[in-house]
Amino acid sequence: MISLSQFLLFGAILFSISVAGIFLNRKNVLVLLMAIELMLLAVNVNFIAFSHFLGDIDGQVFVFFVLTVAAAEAAIGLAILVTLFRNRRTINVEDLTAMKG
Amino acid sequence: MPNVLPTIAALNLMPILPEMILAGMACLILLIDPFLPRHGRNVSYALTLLTLIVLFIVTLLHMSPEVRLSFGGMVVNDPMSDLMKLVSYVALAAVLVMSRGYLRDRGMDKGEYYMLALFGLLGMMILISANHLLLIYLGLELMSLAMYAMTAFKRDDGRASEAAMKYFVLGALASGILLYGMSLLYGVTGGQLMLTDIATALTHDSPSLALKAAVVLLVVGAVFKLGIAPFHMWLPDVYEGAPTAVTLYLATAPKIAALAMVIRLLVDGMGGLMSDWQPILIVTVVLSLAIGNVVAIAQTSFKRMLTYSAISHVGFIMLGILAGTQAGYSAALFYAIAYVVMSIGAFGMILLLARQGYEAENLDDLNGLNDRSPVMAFVFLLLMFSMAGIPFTLGFWAKLAVLQAVVGVGLWWLAVYAVVMAVIGAFYYLRAVKFVYFDAPTDTTPVNADWNVQGVLALSGLLVLIWGLFPSALVGLATRAFGG
Repeated sequence: MISLSQFLLFGAILFSISVAGIFLNRKNVLVLLMAIELMLLAVNVNFIAFSHFLGDIDGQVFVFFVLTVAAAEAAIGLAILVTLFRNRRTINVEDLTAMKG
Repeated sequence: MPNVLPTIAALNLMPILPEMILAGMACLILLIDPFLPRHGRNVSYALTLLTLIVLFIVTLLHMSPEVRLSFGGMVVNDPMSDLMKLVSYVALAAVLVMSRGYLRDRGMDKGEYYMLALFGLLGMMILISANHLLLIYLGLELMSLAMYAMTAFKRDDGRASEAAMKYFVLGALASGILLYGMSLLYGVTGGQLMLTDIATALTHDSPSLALKAAVVLLVVGAVFKLGIAPFHMWLPDVYEGAPTAVTLYLATAPKIAALAMVIRLLVDGMGGLMSDWQPILIVTVVLSLAIGNVVAIAQTSFKRMLTYSAISHVGFIMLGILAGTQAGYSAALFYAIAYVVMSIGAFGMILLLARQGYEAENLDDLNGLNDRSPVMAFVFLLLMFSMAGIPFTLGFWAKLAVLQAVVGVGLWWLAVYAVVMAVIGAFYYLRAVKFVYFDAPTDTTPVNADWNVQGVLALSGLLVLIWGLFPSALVGLATRAFGG
C-alpha cells in the first residue's frame, strides 16, 4: 500500500523538476510549455492523493477543472508560440531579448 | 458537504445575474461579429459598451450592505465585491472608449479585442466574488488567458509576441505555484476548499510545516498578478511590448481583481495566519518600493517609466493589506481605485500623443506638450502630481490612508521608508512635468487626437482634482466596502 507521504513526495519531486525546467532551460520555449504542464500534473497528484486519503470527493472534482484549464492554457501557449515563430523565426529562449527585463 | 443536489428552481441565480448577463452578451457578440461588415466594428463596440452600462445598472440595483452567500457558499457578494465590480466596469469602459481610435489607426480594430476584454472582465468578476479555491483559480485563469491573448493581439509585431510569451510562461508558473499551495491547503485543512471553512479549520491547530509552505506558495501566487517585486520581472516587458491600448487594459481593471484575490485568500481564508504572511508581504513591499522608484529614474521610455511606477504603487497598495486591519484593507482599496483613475490618465497620454505609424512611448515625446495643447498639459500635470502624492490631489490622500494604516499597527519604520521612497519617486514625475512645460517641442503640430481620448483624459484629470479636494466621498465608499 502506498502511503500519503509517498504520493506527496512524488508530487513534490514532479513540481521541483518542472520549476527547475523553467528556470534552467535556456534552449527551447516548447520545453517551457512542457514544464508548465508537468507542474499542473504535480498539483493533480497532490489533490488526488489528499482526496483519496481524506475520503473527500471535492479534490477529484478540482482535478477535472485543472485538467480542462490546462488544455486551454496549452492552446493559448502554443498559439503564442506560433506567432512568435512567425515573427522571429526562432523559439530559442536566449533570443527573446528584444526588451531587457 | 450536504448530499443534496439542488434543483434549478431552488438554485438562486440572482446573485450572479451580472456574470450571467456578461457571459451571454460576450457569446452573443462573438456570434454576430463575423457577420458584420469587414471594416469598422461599430456594432461590436456599441454592444460592448451597452453591456457594461447594463452591468453597471444591474449591480447598482442589487447593492446591499450585507454579505450574501450563494451556490452553497461558493459565491459571495458583499459591499467590497459590489464596489470593485462597479469600478471595473467604469475602468473597462474608459479603456475601450480611449482605445478605439488607436486600434482603428493600426488596423487592429477587430471584434476579438472586445470579446477578450469582456471575457477577461468575466474572469475578474468571478475572482472578485469567489469564496472557494476552485472559483479563485477559474476566475484567475479566465482573466489571465484573455490577457495573454490580448498581449499577443498584434500578430505581426515581434515585440508583442515576445512580451506575450514571457507573460504566458511566468503567469502559468505563478498559477502553478498558487495551485500547489491550494493543494497543500486542501490537505492540511482536512479537505476544505471553501474559504470560510478554511478560516475555521485553521483556527484549531497550530501551523505545521506543510501549512507554512502552503502560505508561502499562496502568497507568491496571489501577489504575482499585482506585479509586486520580486515577481515583477514580467511587468516592464509586457507593458512595453503590448500595444498601448492593451497595456491600458492590463494596467487598470485587473489590478482591482488581483487585489480582490489577495484579500479573499489572505484575509478571508487565512486571516488567522497573519503572523505568517505579514513578514513575506513586508519583504515584497520593501523591494517593490525600492525597485519601482529607483529604477524608474533611469528609464528613457515613458511607458517603461510608468511600469516601474506601477510596481511602486502596488507596493503602496500592499502596505494597506499587510497592516491587517479594516482601516488597512479599505485604505488599500482606496489606493487601488485611485491608482486605476491615475493610470487610465497616464497610459492614456501615450494614446493621446501616438499618431498613425508612430508610437509616442519616449519621454522626449512629451517635450513642449504645453505649446501643443495647454489643457492636456494641465491634465498631465495633475496626473503626475497625483502619482507623486503631492498634497490636495487624489494620490496624496491614497498614500496618506495606507501610511496611517501602517502607523496604526506600529510599523513606524516601514511608513518612514515608504515616505522616503515616495520622495525619490516624486523626482521622475516632476521631471516628466518639466519636459511638458519647459522643454521645446520636437514636433510643433497641435495635438489632434480623438475627442473621446481627450474627453476621458480630461475626466480622469478632473476626478484626480475633485477627489483630491473632497476625498471624503471616495474614502467613505472604500470604508463601507469593509463594513466600516
